[in-house]
Amino acid sequence: MAKLTYRDAIRNTMFQEMQRDERVVVLGEDVVGGMGTAGGPEAIGGIWSTTTGFYDAFGPNRVIDTPISESAIMGAAGGLALAGKRPIAEIMFADFIGVSMDQLWNQIAKFRYMFGGKSVCPAVIRMPCGAGYNAAAQHSQMISQFVTGMPGIKVVMPTTPEDACGLMRQAIRDDDPVVFLEHKFLYGLTGEVNEDPDFCIPFGHARLARAGKDVTIVASGMMVRYAETAADDLAQDGIGCDVIDIRTTSPLDEEAILDSVEVTGRAVIVDEAPPRCSLATDLSSLIAQKAFASLKAPIEMVTPPHTPVPFARELESAYLPSPAKIAAAVRKTLDYR
Amino acid sequence: MQLNREALTRAYRQMKLIREFEERLHEEIQTGEIAGFTHLYCGQEAVAVGVCEHLTERDKIVSTHRGHGHCLAKGCDVDGMMKEIWGSQDGLCNGKGGSMHIADIDKGMLGANGIVGAGAPIAVGAALSNKIDGPDENGKLAIALAFSGDGACNQGTTFEAMNLAVVTKAPCIFVFENNHYSEHTGVDYAVGTVQDIASRAEAFGMKVWRADGTDFFAVYDTFREVLEYVRTPGNGPAAVEFDTERFFGHFEGDPQRYRGEGELDRLRAERDCLKIFRASVTGAALLDAADLDKIDADALQAIEDAVTAARAGARPQPENVLDNVYISY
Repeated sequence: MAKLTYRDAIRNTMFQEMQRDERVVVLGEDVVGGMGTAGGPEAIGGIWSTTTGFYDAFGPNRVIDTPISESAIMGAAGGLALAGKRPIAEIMFADFIGVSMDQLWNQIAKFRYMFGGKSVCPAVIRMPCGAGYNAAAQHSQMISQFVTGMPGIKVVMPTTPEDACGLMRQAIRDDDPVVFLEHKFLYGLTGEVNEDPDFCIPFGHARLARAGKDVTIVASGMMVRYAETAADDLAQDGIGCDVIDIRTTSPLDEEAILDSVEVTGRAVIVDEAPPRCSLATDLSSLIAQKAFASLKAPIEMVTPPHTPVPFARELESAYLPSPAKIAAAVRKTLDYR
Repeated sequence: MQLNREALTRAYRQMKLIREFEERLHEEIQTGEIAGFTHLYCGQEAVAVGVCEHLTERDKIVSTHRGHGHCLAKGCDVDGMMKEIWGSQDGLCNGKGGSMHIADIDKGMLGANGIVGAGAPIAVGAALSNKIDGPDENGKLAIALAFSGDGACNQGTTFEAMNLAVVTKAPCIFVFENNHYSEHTGVDYAVGTVQDIASRAEAFGMKVWRADGTDFFAVYDTFREVLEYVRTPGNGPAAVEFDTERFFGHFEGDPQRYRGEGELDRLRAERDCLKIFRASVTGAALLDAADLDKIDADALQAIEDAVTAARAGARPQPENVLDNVYISY
């Protein structure tokens, strides 16, 4: 085991996989940083410091610094993958998915299906995402609702450094296209990480972050951290919560969620995306359809309101879910009737 | 003209096969037997064949919604394509793609595409893969190529792809087939650089060529130069614009009210690449009319056989809807 940040867990895993498999390449804006400047290559090393040192180690053919051209980045990832490479493309902010949407949604996601199973497209699309540091409406969004709804795409949302490592390695070795949603607010989080060079976490397996018998909290990404805090606070009052970190939104570990709700009879869904047509509504629907008989209270959703992400500190705080909002929702399910 | 008799025969056979494939589809679609949208390549055959005759299976192409000609020219199976268009489980894509999504990865055909302008970025990715693989024993790179029309030349994706290819020196070729119509709109209106697409590519910093796309020999000879340039490591991408003609509408069923009086008759009379080829090779006594007539008859028969096979092809079952979304899930 090693103590690593979430950022270094991602970086080290990509680096190791590039050493292990020469088909693995990275591309994106400023993944080298400094190209064409007095500072020279690696002057930046990626704005998230997730690709620092890659250019020096692997060279320009495998570490492709691109212009600001998200459609071309996404499309090139698709073309590289169809041609037998294993690209890891970085879309610097998940919000820029809009620029590149066609290449993801109409191309990468659908190649295999449209071509009758005769193509393999093992592309990983990294999308740093999420709010929490006042970056306003176009640099803060959670976009899980768009990608989870895309047949053909797998979607990963790690919360811990260890999961970031195991899920990233699985994503790179996986033969299907994967969108890897890394939460920007988690980059500095430190934790123990399995150092086995083949450590992978299979997709579709949730993690039980906290165990309790009274209420099930289902969350993903940064929201898991808030749910853990809420669960710890509630435990002080004798309220026990299962906190289920779904880890991958597609495929989804339905069983882990339903098994827990069958025990607790109460469910709180926490989602960083706005509330309509989202992961929150999707999971609520799942529970209502498949665990209806177990429910002792209406399902609660803790989500931002149906608004863009605001800028000012007070407004962003009001927008985002929080441990206090989650705890209040838990208590509401317990107070029902 | 440096082609030997065998190569000339092959080129004509390929062009004629595409022509008959498309003419037959034009008839069959009117019966209602074929579902969906179909965009025919008739009139542009010299481009697909004049380009693809130079390529190997290591070279990759990305095509368009008007892709049948590119697919056939790159070596996709005629029966498999016809079955696909008929929606058969035996089709090249198991009936999942249809006319607009025919692909054969093993042949280096990375897919027709229903989205105008979507192909160029994918081609750049495939070209970057070729660049990573490096030159062969003769010091030459495999290339990747995007066919685009005068419609796609207005898409931002095409611009982004051209710039990325230049910046990364990707061995990528942008083939612009200017058939003068993007859907139902004339190129004089829709393309600001009037009557010229190649200059756009040139502005992105790559070398460009232009040729008459109705003259197979012009296409073939020009593309050989383009290919030689791009296969050379370090040169990066290039573009070529072929002036060509679309004999049918944007899609089958298009009433084509935008056509001028007698326009289609004139194009068929004066700008038909097959007629021009025939006149050229018989005039120069490279092939005789009987040889060409035989190829014509063979092509007709091949299409007849393909249609018969497509009609008899296995139909997909409802449970097949779930196949091949993922490799594992």
